Amino acid sequence: MSIEVRNISKRFGSFHALDDVSLDVDGGSLTALLGPSGSGKSTLLRIIAGLEHPDVGEIRLAGEDATVVAPQKRGVGFVFQHYAAFKHMTVRDNVAFGLKIRKQPKDAIAARVDELLQLVQLQGFGHRYPAQLSGGQRQRMALARALAPEPKVLLLDEPFGALDARVRAELRVWLRRLHDETHTTTVFVTHDQEEAMEVADSVVVMNDGHVEQVAGPRELYDAPANEFVMTFVGEAIRFDGRLVRPHDLEITLDAEPGSREAQVERIVHLGFEARCELTLDDGSRVVVQMTRGRAAELELDPGQIVLVRRPGVGVGRELTNVAG
Amino acid sequence: MRKHALRGTALFYLVAVLLGPLAMVFYRAFERGVQPLWRSLTDPNTIHAFELTLEITAVAVPINTVFGVVCALAIVRRRFPGAGIVNAIVDLPLALSPVVVGLMLFLLYGRTGWFGSFFQEHGIQILFATPAMVIATIFVSLPFVAREVVPTLRELGDEQEQAAHTLGASGWQAFWRVTLPSIRWAVVYGVVLTTARCLGEYGAVAVVSGHIEGKTETATLRVQDYYENFNQSGSYGIAIVLAAISVIVLLAMTLLRPKESA
Repeated sequence: MSIEVRNISKRFGSFHALDDVSLDVDGGSLTALLGPSGSGKSTLLRIIAGLEHPDVGEIRLAGEDATVVAPQKRGVGFVFQHYAAFKHMTVRDNVAFGLKIRKQPKDAIAARVDELLQLVQLQGFGHRYPAQLSGGQRQRMALARALAPEPKVLLLDEPFGALDARVRAELRVWLRRLHDETHTTTVFVTHDQEEAMEVADSVVVMNDGHVEQVAGPRELYDAPANEFVMTFVGEAIRFDGRLVRPHDLEITLDAEPGSREAQVERIVHLGFEARCELTLDDGSRVVVQMTRGRAAELELDPGQIVLVRRPGVGVGRELTNVAG
Repeated sequence: MRKHALRGTALFYLVAVLLGPLAMVFYRAFERGVQPLWRSLTDPNTIHAFELTLEITAVAVPINTVFGVVCALAIVRRRFPGAGIVNAIVDLPLALSPVVVGLMLFLLYGRTGWFGSFFQEHGIQILFATPAMVIATIFVSLPFVAREVVPTLRELGDEQEQAAHTLGASGWQAFWRVTLPSIRWAVVYGVVLTTARCLGEYGAVAVVSGHIEGKTETATLRVQDYYENFNQSGSYGIAIVLAAISVIVLLAMTLLRPKESA
């Protein structure tokens, strides 16, 4: 089911959460709404779900105006950051909730719940209460609950935000795989660019109540629409008045055209890559990313004076609106 | 050392203010033996007084339970202008002396009162009859359920209700299946406090009842009646029955409540 957002604005008091936002989400896609806190991404998701009402604008689901349709009639599944588990119900009853509301026959409900518990790997946990589950298990239960009534759209609001890094990484992979199997239109909110890039087909970068760019992960990184996207998605540093990626810079020991002197502050080895933090001659700090082989070749030591330059000036990452 | 002093002070205070007088009541009730006590308690007017108290309680508690939950939902969930005023008004009966409440009802339902003439024309007796006593009791016991439920609702937040909506539940279904089970202990506790307040109500009911023995006399009024007629064991007897009911109710509460955390 496709989602169309048309000129939506929403204010909370004097705060403009969303300012004339329009967006198209294709049916069957997996989309991330990415932005810093306060960018309006959660508000947009809640408006799509019908949990908030826009001041102005229109939401169309599968081509039909859904702006004033109640959340329970939109056919959306919603997953909350803090799970919103029904604490007084067992895991089974939580998952069965949407089916009981729809008055489905008992054995059909039982079969569907079994199937979903299997899908989220909570088979043995049906009779536990949410309080007896870990965070990751709770969120998997919440996902099963949202999926039970077979929603046409699955919306997730910072679904992995409250989980620790390892569980988060697992669930990311799991969400991606789930989507590849079911092809349910899925939109999730995140402030973690890595999560957005890893999971989504299409990333919507939001800032200050606006959509800054909609693009695939690769395009977003290689061709950011503006300075905000460049700095928010991936690391960006300022060198010679330009925004560049850390791997765009090169450390040399011999002078080359355009190279500048810098002092090595710190070297960090991160598995395959190495990062070197340096202070330039004008006092500004830069980070240079290189392979471990290159780092070994250079034999860098903190305090050492080296040369930094930007080879291949003029590759596709130039930004027209970058001021010095 | 300080811990002991603190504990001692708290214990002394409880004994001096609560348990001591309660023990005295028990002692006085049985002072002249069980016989006169039994005679006073089985007096038809006394039995009627207990029945009336239970009747009034049976009407006031359900009404205040529904009203209290509705009020709490309005205060916590609905963002409407005047929510603060509703919140303050709910507390009014706690701040107002029951005697003042009684006088207010007297003025409203008395022969020259705003509503009094209307009911009189239709031959309905409000004042000096059960209706006024029920209204008085409802008024004084109104805040307890709302006061218990409001903080629980606040703590609960509305995410679970929103989740219920996205899963297809209507507002009514979300209330019955999600909200009410989540606040049930607060409601139960509120009901217990309301019941205790209803059973013990004296001031407001005293003003509007007219003290007609065997007709408009509740248990607490009966205590006063016996006391004024120098029937000490009778008045203390009713007092211990009322006290025993309160103790049982509170004990039941304490035994039930820990299950909540499981």
